[in-house]
Amino acid sequence: MPPPDSPVELDLPSKPLRQRTWYRTSVIVAILLAFGAVRLPIELRLNEEHRAAYFHGAKLNLSLRQQIGQLGFLAALGGFRALVADGLWIQAHIDWTRTQWGKMLFLFNNVTALQPRNVMFWDVAAWHMAWNASAYVLNDASEPHIALRLKRQHEYFIIGKDLLERGIANNPDRFKLYESLGNLLRDKLDDHLNASINFAKAAKFADSPTYEYRFSAYELSHAPGHEREAYEELRRLYLEGDKERLPTLCSRLKYLQEMLNIPASQRINIPDSMLPPSQHSNGSGPPPSPAQQLLNGIIPAAPQVNIPYKPSPHP
Amino acid sequence: MEPTVNHTFFSPARIWAIATNTLLELFRLKVFYFLLIFALLLIGSSAFMIDFNFQEQFQLLKDVSLGSMSIFTWLLAVLATAMLLPKDIEDRTLYTILAKPVPRFEYLVGKLLGILLLLLIATLLMSTIFVIALYGREQIAIADAIRGNANAPDQLQSALKDIHDSTFTWSLLPGIIIIYIKAALFAALTLFISTFASSTIFTIMVSVAIYFIGHLQGIARDYWLGSATTGPLPRIFLALVALIFPDLQLFNLVDDIVAGNSISFILFAKTAALGGLYTCIYLLVAYSVFASKEL
Repeated sequence: MPPPDSPVELDLPSKPLRQRTWYRTSVIVAILLAFGAVRLPIELRLNEEHRAAYFHGAKLNLSLRQQIGQLGFLAALGGFRALVADGLWIQAHIDWTRTQWGKMLFLFNNVTALQPRNVMFWDVAAWHMAWNASAYVLNDASEPHIALRLKRQHEYFIIGKDLLERGIANNPDRFKLYESLGNLLRDKLDDHLNASINFAKAAKFADSPTYEYRFSAYELSHAPGHEREAYEELRRLYLEGDKERLPTLCSRLKYLQEMLNIPASQRINIPDSMLPPSQHSNGSGPPPSPAQQLLNGIIPAAPQVNIPYKPSPHP
Repeated sequence: MEPTVNHTFFSPARIWAIATNTLLELFRLKVFYFLLIFALLLIGSSAFMIDFNFQEQFQLLKDVSLGSMSIFTWLLAVLATAMLLPKDIEDRTLYTILAKPVPRFEYLVGKLLGILLLLLIATLLMSTIFVIALYGREQIAIADAIRGNANAPDQLQSALKDIHDSTFTWSLLPGIIIIYIKAALFAALTLFISTFASSTIFTIMVSVAIYFIGHLQGIARDYWLGSATTGPLPRIFLALVALIFPDLQLFNLVDDIVAGNSISFILFAKTAALGGLYTCIYLLVAYSVFASKEL
């Protein structure tokens, strides 16, 4: 033991504490920067691979920030995009019950911007616009002019179509939106050729239902100038067997055989029992679509009395 | 003659002892009470779903469940890790452990392993609750479909297929694993911060800030590498952000997976490996600080 009066020898480090702290901090920052430099190309490549696999497709820009608010935008940036989108979706659902179509469209645009890979959002949003909103404005008693009602109705059809087209651009690897666009073009816009093209696109996917191809042929049979192609397709489907010999297919095939004056020897004999019940007694084509009836003046362009709007369930 | 004890430089048994002890400590803090909140959240969210069709219901349930799992695992990783070192210093446990022949590296690895075990148990429990909730809703949807399509067997089959496709699929599993990996990364990062932090609250604040910066790192990187920014100072700033902070967007895959995106095994493995690399690097950096820390 040293004598009590002698100075205590401490094993102090040679460098002052502050200098050592700076040195240590610099070393750690250097390690982090070096690791950053190493991982940068890895991250860039991985990011590209993620994008190629349709990840990180949401466009979180200033426009969206203004629309969903700072907190929502922060949550979306912080990795909770799906939750923010769901919140907006629930809000849009509430607005549906209040028939606030403009606000719904605003919310749908935000939801789909946040979750562009969610097919259901695109599909249901388009359905709300093209089916519900369009029906509502057609029955809107506050608008006395039928022409303006029809114009607004058509605008909602186009909005629905636009939603589906944007949905397809974000989800080109899935069949569902092609099918929905085909339905919309067929039922609302009377554009049978493009409906057929979209059903055919849907049919190309391995996981799509078998009716897509049939639907494509049906719509082609309604497209002026494409009757011969439609006939060939329907005939080919009919000859595939009983599974394809459905009433609509038989009806369209029979109609086209007569329309194209197919020689009797080449015709397929389709018994009445295979046709839809409404066509058992005559061999003419199926009744015109509601849109055609509207154009022909068979049904009134707009109801005479105001029918209260009732939301219909999504198919 | 005294028996000689071979003291190994690296002992998995010692690490395991520290890890299990850490886990036990955290259990005693009743951290798993958050699972009650998680379960209530799932049940409560069902109240919003009555008017939706079954596809929307499943979508919302999956989003709420996996979003909550992300939040809870991240919070657990940050809060539990942030208090580890300060608590050990306060209780003097740290001095007792380090007075024994336990290298500081083993101490840190043991602590991190304890947290990773906690996160693993939490993720498994939350996944179980999620699957049960999803199964319950699936049964309700199936019963509705059978009632609605009793006379149309074709439509019933199609409806049942749609229901089955909308519920739990194995494609969700990589998303759940990525949630865990992201939380593990954050545990290591928080451990690193806590080695030089002056207080627990400082550690938590810095970790939360890094969480948000990390999600913007990709934007900073793109601006830095692109030609949009011209000034040298903004470029240096963006470069520092891109090089120092982790790119957390790379671990945000679950939103798109729930939306139906499938991830290939290779891509998943690469993402998981990057998460593992981050965790290891942050652990090493934490050790480099902790090794020379004056206690």
